[in-house]
Amino acid sequence: MKRRSVMKYAAVAAAFSMGLTACGGGSGSSDAKESGIVRVTLANHVWTEGIKAAIPEFEKSSGLKVELTQLGEDQLSDQYNVKLNAGSDEIDVMMYRPLQEGKAFAKNGYLADLTSKVSSDSGWDWKDYQEGPVKATTADGKVVGVPIITEREVLYYRKDLLKAAGLEVPKTMEELEAAAKAIKEANPDTAGFVARTGKSAAVTQFSSFLYSFGGDFTDSSGKSTVNSAAAKEAYAFYGGLIKNYGPANVSTDMSWPEAMAIFTQGKAAFYTEADSLYKNATDPAKSKVAETVGFAALPAGPAGSKPYNIPSWGLAVNEASGNQDNAWKFIQWATSKERTLAAQKAGVPGPRASVWADSAGTSTYPKDLAEAIAASAKNGVGHDRPEVVTVGKAREIVGEPIVASITGADASAAADSAHVAFQKFLDSEKK
Amino acid sequence: MSVMTPPRSAARNAGRAPGAREKFSDWANRHRKWLFAAPAMAFVGVLIIFPLAWTLYLSLTDSQGSVRAATEFIGLENYLTVLSDVERFWPAVGRTLTFTGIALVCEVALGMGIALLLWRPFRGEKWVRVAILLPLVATPVAVGMMWRLIFDPNIGFANQLLAAVGIPAQPWLSGQDTALGTTIFMDVWQWTPMVVLILLAGLTSLSEEPDEAARMDGANAFQRFFFITLPLMMPTVIVAILLRGIDALKTFDILYATKGKGGGSFHEVETLNVYAYGLSFDYNQYGLSSAVLILFFMIIIGSMWLLTMRKKAVSK
Repeated sequence: MKRRSVMKYAAVAAAFSMGLTACGGGSGSSDAKESGIVRVTLANHVWTEGIKAAIPEFEKSSGLKVELTQLGEDQLSDQYNVKLNAGSDEIDVMMYRPLQEGKAFAKNGYLADLTSKVSSDSGWDWKDYQEGPVKATTADGKVVGVPIITEREVLYYRKDLLKAAGLEVPKTMEELEAAAKAIKEANPDTAGFVARTGKSAAVTQFSSFLYSFGGDFTDSSGKSTVNSAAAKEAYAFYGGLIKNYGPANVSTDMSWPEAMAIFTQGKAAFYTEADSLYKNATDPAKSKVAETVGFAALPAGPAGSKPYNIPSWGLAVNEASGNQDNAWKFIQWATSKERTLAAQKAGVPGPRASVWADSAGTSTYPKDLAEAIAASAKNGVGHDRPEVVTVGKAREIVGEPIVASITGADASAAADSAHVAFQKFLDSEKK
Repeated sequence: MSVMTPPRSAARNAGRAPGAREKFSDWANRHRKWLFAAPAMAFVGVLIIFPLAWTLYLSLTDSQGSVRAATEFIGLENYLTVLSDVERFWPAVGRTLTFTGIALVCEVALGMGIALLLWRPFRGEKWVRVAILLPLVATPVAVGMMWRLIFDPNIGFANQLLAAVGIPAQPWLSGQDTALGTTIFMDVWQWTPMVVLILLAGLTSLSEEPDEAARMDGANAFQRFFFITLPLMMPTVIVAILLRGIDALKTFDILYATKGKGGGSFHEVETLNVYAYGLSFDYNQYGLSSAVLILFFMIIIGSMWLLTMRKKAVSK
């Protein structure tokens, strides 16, 4: 009896430890390759919703099966950090942010070289892609990604408040400040202006102000310029708008969902944000100001109106994937002219010149937004954050003076110390 | 369930070959202490010792960018960098200890009070207990999101409540000076029930006699609590502090859910765990991050060792 029970326990123990080992093993890539499965990882986005609905169409025409993983932005980054770092082949196609992760991923060899693939199909037409987005998905002369979504910073404003105050849509930064001031004074419960305030989150939206004041994060030789006179002015202006005419008790942690919520709750008159998020403001289900929101190009600073014009997301193939040809087939389908046009009609600004030339491509956009986008695309700057490898850290450094300015601290001194830290950071990246 | 299949077939096979079965049984009987412990040891080895050793190794290299990239052995340089970092590391240590210290004191004091109230049977006892345990079963990220909405400075419920009684609006989670306190409040709200559970278990196992004897001698309620109940409860209290303390030191979820990477624009709730997370997942500085984690591990071990010593002294 005793022996039997020992046997029983030993067998259970052995089986259990085997079970554990089985849990640890990943699914083999060879299976996926043979059965024609493409594993696609995408971010939560309007673009993804459109693609998701159309996937059966791709599966039918290609005979491949798509395994889709969909994650929030931060979770997606963490997933890539873990899986790509481990050299995992569990991802074939990945949606990534060329300006945020592109350089680091390319440097680490996570992205497959697509140069010969993009030029092989003239019908798909790589030449149709706008120059800025292509530059951002190219690393060391090799194409490593295909842009899917582009965005520019535009001015969201409340037509009713402007009309009530007898004001015109501001064309310059001074006019914007004066209008924000006038509206805040006339409506104490409404902020004149709102925008992102989080140290890291605000950097991209601040960048257009920086360029419009004549500054940039670095000069042509790659040296820090965040303490130039123009940069200091831009920091003081952006922070000052929020400090003086922003919401009461303004948080310094706001990214777009928080800032957008204030605007769409009807608590702010002006809001500068990426155009690709416009549906949040015009959809009556999400916005109380859907009827009264207007759009305009970013007001001009001393150096003109220079918003960023960037590809916010792209698709790439995992270098470690054993399924690269099928992965490319998926990308080719998802980024075709037809799909790009369909996505653009659903509210996702595309990177192809043809969809902007086609009147059907802008038919679903509010007229003033389409005009603002066209103007921004003309004067746009191709980056909205420092172009470095460790973008996360760089954003924290150059974002410091924004927060200092919003909280009423000495923004000029903060820009000086950010300059020292940023230069040190840039030097360390060169090593 | 498939786990159960092999033992059955093993037993069947063993039935067909009695010699082999007896041989194995003998061997298994002789080595049973190892055999029984093997799965647990394998578990500890694979999931605890290996990652720890790997982290220790990484902390001695300049690993960054990609963990598969070539790294150089740089000895204790990462530790020197971290220990001389007065901008992020030491403030994070301070915040970790402040968070844990204040949260623990509040949780144990409140937990003891509630446990004493629930000690004696009363009508509706079950409902009260369920209500008290609710925060414990909520997922931390949902808790974080809930409080974030309540504490929103412009549209949140907390400020509307304050306005109703004439107190000016507070910045709560958005304030540089108030954020840490607010997250401590959230932690206390969520974890006091666990302390109540532990202390209640301790209280119910206490014998009645010392308390009755003291009552006969004319001791009042305070005297009976401080001189009879509390000293008898001390081992349980220390267990509660130990369990909750380890958890509080390692808090990550509610901090990340409410303030995100870096613990806010001023790093106002950046504890060691949040800092280490940022170093690895945002900055990709794996060597430096490992050094922070090893130091953090030593802080946890150190504080737990002190508490265990104290528990031993009390038990004696």
